[in-house]
Amino acid sequence: MTENKDLTDLTLIQARDGLRSKAFTARELTQSYLSAIDAADALNCFITKTPDKALDMADGADDRLAKGEARPLDGLPIGVKDLFCTRDVLTTAGSHILDGFTPRYESTVTEHLWRDGAVLLGKLNMDEFAMGSSNENSFYGPVVNPWRRAGDDAKLVPGGSSGGSAAAVAAHLVAGATGTDTGGSIRQPAAFTGVIGMKPTYGRCSRWGIAAFASSLDQAGPLARSVKDAALLLTSMAGHDAKDSTSINAPVPDFESAMTGDMKGLRVGIPKEYRVDNMPEEIDGFWRRGMEWCRAAGAEIVDISLPHTRYALPAYYIVAPAEASSNLARYDGVRYGLRVRDETDDITQMYERTRAEGFGDEVKRRVLMGTYVLSAGYYDAYYLKAQKVRTLIARDFDAAFGKVDLILTPTAPGPAFAIGDKADDLLAMYLNDVFTVPANLAGLPGLSFPAGLNAQGLPLGLQLIGKALDEETLFRAGGVLEEAAGFDAAPTRWWRDV
Amino acid sequence: MSVTKDTVRKIAHLARIAEPEERLEPLARELSAIIDWVEQLEEVETGDAPPMTSAVDIKLPLRADVVTDGGYPEDIIANAPDARDQLFTVPKVLE
Repeated sequence: MTENKDLTDLTLIQARDGLRSKAFTARELTQSYLSAIDAADALNCFITKTPDKALDMADGADDRLAKGEARPLDGLPIGVKDLFCTRDVLTTAGSHILDGFTPRYESTVTEHLWRDGAVLLGKLNMDEFAMGSSNENSFYGPVVNPWRRAGDDAKLVPGGSSGGSAAAVAAHLVAGATGTDTGGSIRQPAAFTGVIGMKPTYGRCSRWGIAAFASSLDQAGPLARSVKDAALLLTSMAGHDAKDSTSINAPVPDFESAMTGDMKGLRVGIPKEYRVDNMPEEIDGFWRRGMEWCRAAGAEIVDISLPHTRYALPAYYIVAPAEASSNLARYDGVRYGLRVRDETDDITQMYERTRAEGFGDEVKRRVLMGTYVLSAGYYDAYYLKAQKVRTLIARDFDAAFGKVDLILTPTAPGPAFAIGDKADDLLAMYLNDVFTVPANLAGLPGLSFPAGLNAQGLPLGLQLIGKALDEETLFRAGGVLEEAAGFDAAPTRWWRDV
Repeated sequence: MSVTKDTVRKIAHLARIAEPEERLEPLARELSAIIDWVEQLEEVETGDAPPMTSAVDIKLPLRADVVTDGGYPEDIIANAPDARDQLFTVPKVLE
């Protein structure tokens, strides 16, 4: 078994090629990951492990590989954020209120992944209902970032809400993972853990079978250890689905082949409004380095303005809770999950008790916030106003994309912080998403890649934002910049000794 | 504070979340802080900008009004906390 350990160091693309050349089997690859997972309980990445299912799926892939009938992802072991419904596998959304929920159906995105031969290693921890930027809001406890500051063993957050996905990819517990991104929940944890995170254009991936948070913003996407790996996963995950009325009916390109290896002639916009007050010098430094990499690759740097940027976060914190308060009305203790009821409770008391006990503090806060801004007399002042501001933000991007092909920004305003550090300051926590939220409001694709390590030895990310449906340019430029950054650092595997 | 304790009591009931009396005051503080912060949107001149309701410009698709799914009640009630005879149950609603 020990000789298999190194298989977890392969990227998805390398593993795919190794399986096809019969260098190892899907079962061996899967077993390597299962061993790594078992040695990493200290990270708390998984809510549910599915080793038996994984080996079954791997055997199926080995049969097809032996017959020369390999599918695009055959035998590649991945993790799935626990927001995606998986048939007969516990699906919790990180919440107590979905206790015991085992869907009888499969989300469209995961259905695509299994159709293409991927192997399910398990369901990944997350902030409850995807509400959070640190993965501290999970009923199943916080995920621990595999990265630590140099000479310091304080436990750091992996970011959120796809914190389990990001940490599992970074710690080589999965070869790739699915995430969802409503305000930065793929890109920010990717930046905190030194991996690739891609949020595609709104509508690229079907939302069917993904527990809804804010329906006009939610979008699924991949987390992986290379840009090409992310391209491979998204090619499978994306695609039109009649079961999601907001799913885009457009052909899905082979994103991997969009990665030509050059970005000559591309115009890269630098929005001046992203140079926020008290931005740490190290973030600014990597941003400038990113511009240098673009120039060195033959791209042109263009200064642009996105004047309504500073209103994106407040608009988001009206739109997202409003939609959440409506979406989460379905958790009533009647149809699935938890029911809490005293003998004498009437139906309303049963609802109230179930939801009080089933939801965590941040979810309750956002449901109350959403209920407030949608309540009689406030709708116009808050929700309608925020939706208009959203139009202005989208127009800012439209105008900018008249001059540039893509936009380069930092992904997050700082590196991973210690568990508990921001738990008492809501607004400081919300500010984590200041650079990622605008792309959600405008529905645009965004890709985060690791730029390097800061002075404390923690990864920092840069973000590319593209035109709607132009993920290809992001993958193309992302591949070039990934190579220029040459990020090959890895966290020491301290969790194996815990 | 823009959100009072009484307001929290009211919206918690609207949201069907039982909040104990001692949580109302802290929640009022927390929600007020968020509301005060989002109110900076008031300074934005939105002019004739229409509210954005969809991130991507697509028309809501229509399909024939026919049954395309269903016929598996056992799957529908499989996860219900207290299903009986293929029915969801709730506490008595009518006396």
